[in-house]
Amino acid sequence: MNGAEAILQCLKSEGVEVVFGYPGGQVIPLYDALHKVDIRHVLVRNEQGAAFMAGGYARATGKVGVAFATSGPGATNLVTGIADAHMDSIPVVFITGQVPHPMIGRDSFQEADVTGITLPIVKHSYLVQTVEELPWVLHEAFHIARSGRPGPVLVDVPKDIQVAKLTVPLEVASERLRGPSSGLDIDSAQLDAAAEVINASAQPTLYVGGGSLNAAAELRAFAEKTGIPVTWTLMGKGAFPEDHPLSVGMLGMHGAAYANYAITRCDTMIVLGARFDDRVTGKLATFNPEARVVHIDIDAAELGKNRIPTAPVQGDVAAALRALTVRCEPRDRSAWAKRVTDWKESFPLVAHKAMDTGEIRPQHLLDKLTQATAGRAIVATDVGQHQMWTAQFYHPAEPRLFLTSGGLGTMGFGLPAAIGAWFACPEKEVWLVTGDGSIQMNIQELAVAVIEKVPLRIMLINNGYLGMVRQWQELFFERNYSETWLHTVPNGSEVISPDFCRLMEAYGGQARRVTADADVEAAIDWAREVDGPVLLEFVVHEEENVWPMVPAGGDTGKPILEPEGGE
Amino acid sequence: MSAHNSNTECSGRPHTVSVLVENRPGVLTRVAGLFARRGYNIDSLAVAATSDPAISRMTAVVRAADEMVLQQICKQVGKLVDVISVNDHTDEAVVARELALVKVNCDENNRAEVIQIITVFRARTVDIADGEMVIEVTGAREKIDAMLRLLDKYGILEMARTGEVILARGLQPT
Ligand SMILES: Cc1ncc(C[n+]2csc(CCOP(=O)(O)OP(=O)(O)O)c2C)c(N)n1
Repeated sequence: MNGAEAILQCLKSEGVEVVFGYPGGQVIPLYDALHKVDIRHVLVRNEQGAAFMAGGYARATGKVGVAFATSGPGATNLVTGIADAHMDSIPVVFITGQVPHPMIGRDSFQEADVTGITLPIVKHSYLVQTVEELPWVLHEAFHIARSGRPGPVLVDVPKDIQVAKLTVPLEVASERLRGPSSGLDIDSAQLDAAAEVINASAQPTLYVGGGSLNAAAELRAFAEKTGIPVTWTLMGKGAFPEDHPLSVGMLGMHGAAYANYAITRCDTMIVLGARFDDRVTGKLATFNPEARVVHIDIDAAELGKNRIPTAPVQGDVAAALRALTVRCEPRDRSAWAKRVTDWKESFPLVAHKAMDTGEIRPQHLLDKLTQATAGRAIVATDVGQHQMWTAQFYHPAEPRLFLTSGGLGTMGFGLPAAIGAWFACPEKEVWLVTGDGSIQMNIQELAVAVIEKVPLRIMLINNGYLGMVRQWQELFFERNYSETWLHTVPNGSEVISPDFCRLMEAYGGQARRVTADADVEAAIDWAREVDGPVLLEFVVHEEENVWPMVPAGGDTGKPILEPEGGE
Repeated sequence: MSAHNSNTECSGRPHTVSVLVENRPGVLTRVAGLFARRGYNIDSLAVAATSDPAISRMTAVVRAADEMVLQQICKQVGKLVDVISVNDHTDEAVVARELALVKVNCDENNRAEVIQIITVFRARTVDIADGEMVIEVTGAREKIDAMLRLLDKYGILEMARTGEVILARGLQPT
């Protein structure tokens, strides 16, 4: 067995079923060995696509995603996807080819120091030194990617190692694997202190982040026992049922006003697997500075990074909630819950229907999508206004159905992430909600959807603009729409390019353009019935804005509400 | 009551942090890169193998505006897979030493004065040439700083410092 075969055997024993990748000179041995094992390989069209597919696969399941790329340009094309996985704590193992050891450091053809380039954006990385260490490196890479706070791990394998003969066993004793241990015991003194703070609180609010996606049942039991209202971050969406009486809404820059009121006016915030990101807190100093804070996170470094907790608890959110549910008493918090409900009624999130002209308003599309799918579909988004409308108006029934690039905010994430999610959950309905800007960042992956017969449904919200940037220009730069109009007007005439429907058809998928609100429902129904990938291009009201809004660095307790009359 | 969130200021008192790491490729870059990326200021960093060649010790003198920042530094460094342990030894019973080589401007007129300083600080003269002298001094960081202040008026031509290293006193590991 050579090193390349050993890599694949290790992947197999780690339970890998599908790998996303792209070949090149320094991974030919790996690709040569590929078909000797029972692992499906998805040939992407750009390595960035592989990185996001692996990320989408991991986001939809919590399992480790895997991407392959060759050295040099192949590896550097992964970088955005690695950074994205790092910011959102997504477990992905990236395996890259490297020039043979004797060539390293000589500026050899297609040499790039990818371990160096990615140092700040990986949980860990390896430049494999000997073929003997290969099995240990790979098993440890998977262990590190998925244990503790998950994250991306890069394994850079020089070509000479891929072809060298392996003489050591493939199995590695688990004691040899470093990285956070999973069954971490939670300090009971911390739990007692947290319970004391919670029991003493008359007006607490839960603040649920991406670290809670594996704790949905525990969260529900805890919230129901204690009667505490639940708010969530973009990454925590799905951890709590949005139709539950205790459900409040999403926090932050484009969160619901009532959710922001509930977090900034509570006396105690209970923070679960979240990190006080600036998109949630706005200006930290005004983010309810008086509130007591119970902060539960598996990553000790998050406790006190941005906000000093009254009661820090280091540990897995599910385990901590189980312990806290025992320790916390039921308490009548209905007066507080009522205040929150009143805010909800006074400052609702409005999913605008059509314009008077019949022109589509984008919020309505997401409302319709929730209705059509009953929130049971996986919905991946790209980045921009459409992402925020999806976060506001698509209501997933469970965790891991709403997939979005939160921390890095990466346009181009959506299409490959949706494809990757389908490979993880082929029995589920999968939608992509994207914008006319974002989809063009990785549009080449439509070929993968067609060739691999991925029944992906694309809701393209075409507003002609890089909408989110245009919104900022409108609100903060006196409507100076500098370089955000995608239909550039070089000499007074508007050029619409590309024709998304014909482009989809050229790739081999089906497509329909919808311009009238009256046709929305039928189009969604049609897309849900046809086989294979399908694109619905919704041409919408161009200058729609996302409301409410807390300007960057602003006061989360005082979101700007939608101007009267819906603009 | 928010934690200190501007790490970039270089104020704050120095803390000596001892980091044991696995002697693997790139480990120095990982630790040093983390300091830079998170905006923590390093005054000095000394790295070498321990009695176990598979393990290296990195001793960093870092500036932290407050206790929270220092805790952040230790927690973030502690998360690196190649890091075995991180300990802040500020205010603990430790033996601390640094070595400096200092090349000072001196001639017949002031050589005696310089030698007097050397004697007081238990430093050594390691080289003398026309118009300059190289001094070797070992000690805690403050002692070296004090000596440099005195030598400054003669004109320090060049200097090299190793950065502080420490060991905990007694049986307690560093
Ligand atoms: C890779 C990348 N480049 C630039 C940005 C900055 N950016 C954020 S939102 C946005 C506009 C997105 O436009 P579109 O995909 O059409 O979505 P819309 O906001 O119109 O819904 C831009 C350019 C980004 N987030 N990612």
